Amino acid sequence: MTASAMTRNAVTGRSTSVTPRFSALQRLLHWLMAACILAMLFIGVGMNSTVTPKYLPLVETHKTLGFVILLLALIRLAVRLVVGAPPLPADLPPLIKLGAHLSHYGLYALMIGMPLLGWGMLSAGGYPVVLLGHIQLPAILAPSDALHTVLWNAHFYLAFAFFGLIALHAGAALFHGFIRRDGVLESMASVSAPREATRPGK
Amino acid sequence: MPGTPIRRGDVAKFAIGAAVIAAATGAFAYTAGWLSPGRLTPTRLVAALAPPGGPALGHRRNHAKGICFTGVFESNGKGAELSRAGLLAAGTYPALGRFNLGTADPNAPDATVRVRGLGLQLTAPDGTLWRAAMIDPPFFPVSTPQAFYDLLTASHSKDPEAMKGFIAANPEFGTFVGWAKGAPWTASYAEDAFNSLNAFIFVDASGARHAVRWSYVPQATVTPITDAELTALGPDHLEQEIAQRVASGPQRWNLVITLAEAGDPTNDPSKVWPAGRRTIDAGTLVVQKIEDERDGPCRDINFDPTILPDGIAVSDDPFPAARSAAYARSFNLRTSEVKDYPYNATATTGAKP
Ligand code: HEM
Ligand code: HEM
Ligand code: HEM
Repeated sequence: MTASAMTRNAVTGRSTSVTPRFSALQRLLHWLMAACILAMLFIGVGMNSTVTPKYLPLVETHKTLGFVILLLALIRLAVRLVVGAPPLPADLPPLIKLGAHLSHYGLYALMIGMPLLGWGMLSAGGYPVVLLGHIQLPAILAPSDALHTVLWNAHFYLAFAFFGLIALHAGAALFHGFIRRDGVLESMASVSAPREATRPGK
Repeated sequence: MPGTPIRRGDVAKFAIGAAVIAAATGAFAYTAGWLSPGRLTPTRLVAALAPPGGPALGHRRNHAKGICFTGVFESNGKGAELSRAGLLAAGTYPALGRFNLGTADPNAPDATVRVRGLGLQLTAPDGTLWRAAMIDPPFFPVSTPQAFYDLLTASHSKDPEAMKGFIAANPEFGTFVGWAKGAPWTASYAEDAFNSLNAFIFVDASGARHAVRWSYVPQATVTPITDAELTALGPDHLEQEIAQRVASGPQRWNLVITLAEAGDPTNDPSKVWPAGRRTIDAGTLVVQKIEDERDGPCRDINFDPTILPDGIAVSDDPFPAARSAAYARSFNLRTSEVKDYPYNATATTGAKP
């Protein structure tokens, strides 16, 4: 973690007296993807509850944006493995720390898993997977009723789990930022230049 | 927190943040339709197709009775003038399809079902697909997907006034009733024409857009019969007949594309275009082999009419989008009910290729 904090500081060019933050690239990816993923969740439930002509462009956007998210998530995971993350506050209770780590694993798993489930579901259903009306992707599974059903259910239920996890995650971020005021929110807070943050107990 | 009393301003910020999260959750529920029980969703549209006794599990929620075929589409290249789709360039392309009856009951006797359909998938050499689902009436019973839902609701209603109310609100339905009562029947799928009814846009190589409808017109001689004559032939005559007929020789349909002229209604499949519109015969569908749906290649295909190759697009007709949403719902349901599908039941039709 120290090593990664130093790397991060190398990236942001800041001294260690300032709250450790995610690198600018990580913050950019975080907020860009947060916007995309929230849009995806709304598009998903919106398209599945309408029979009006907007159904078709919504589905097309859903597939295309879903693949953009998959690509961004893979890049983000790679950056995370190379650059690392600032340590959580030392005084954070161990159980909360565990919760934070597990929820981050969960979010990464969903960012990568949801698009793969969507792609797999369409493949297993014998559907062509076409982006932007003409980019044809290969099927990643052979047609199968049983697989289609499993993946369809997984994509459906995990979408709601994703929404719930994001709500919890955002709530926790606000708790860190305004109740604990421990610098965790600031570590991700803005895409722009670093800002001084007070870390209690330091 | 150690050494840092919580500030009131921060509590307020936290509360505002929490309210934003709560509002987003509400917006999500609204978008999902949970707060609008009156919204016409794919789930409700498909549920409305079910007969009073409930749907036939494992089967298509409409056009449930059907039989698979394979063959080829021989494109003569004339359609390329209207669309850059590879399938309209001259060549021979694999075809896979399904003859079917427009009923939610997979065991309905043939003569009780007025509407017959054709599900079709053509595959281009690069793997792009053109799927379509067409029917034999020359126009659709209603103007909008909402009216189709109203028709289903009214026809399943116990209220004797429901149908009257529906017809008063949707006068175009009367024209369809006239066709259903007056049009002759045939004793063979091979003698039926199947019409897209919905208008689509063909995009040519220069990018110009042409509004079209199309029909698969049979080459077989059409022998009109009455419904009484069809009843006498037996409840599953159509599947037996097409299996025998194709076994003794391939059956053919011409793909006839009709071009709209300015002012022709493209957004309402209940309105036919005036006679005399320019047509193009773009090629021939050749049906070479019939297979039971049970083990056939068409069963697990969703003939969603919006699965289109580059060069063909939806128009301002509201049906294809509604159908895409409904067919996906039906497909999701039936593929999750395979255990209810009678794989091993004795064939009721005895139709064997
Ligand atoms: C679609 C929504 C979101 C997703 C998928 C998401 C995902 C993530 C992930 C995976 C991390 C861990 C970063 C890493 O280890 O690489 C993270 C950190 C963080 N996120 Fe989000 N996030 C989302 C929305 C939000 C929102 C709405 C907020 C604020 C209100 C927020 C605030 C934070 C903060 C403060 C951190 C740093 C926390 C820490 O290091 O423990 N996120 N986010
Ligand atoms: C981060 C990525 C994704 C998220 C958050 C997401 C979310 C959702 C949501 C919320 C729904 C609606 C569930 C419902 O109300 O029934 C949905 C449905 C769907 N998604 Fe995704 N999705 C993602 C990626 C993808 C991708 C990449 C594809 C395909 C290539 C895809 C294909 C579909 C399809 C076909 C449906 C409709 C399923 C049905 O027929 O019920 N999704 N998705
Ligand atoms: C809003 C109006 C409509 C609704 C709700 C509707 C509903 C359905 C459903 C649920 C299926 C079963 C799909 C599956 O499980 O694969 C189906 C099949 C079919 N529909 Fe429609 N339909 C509509 C309009 C039309 C129109 C306008 C046509 C023709 C022009 C049509 C022709 C067909 C045909 C031929 C099939 C059978 C396709 C196959 O063999 O799989 N439908 N319809």
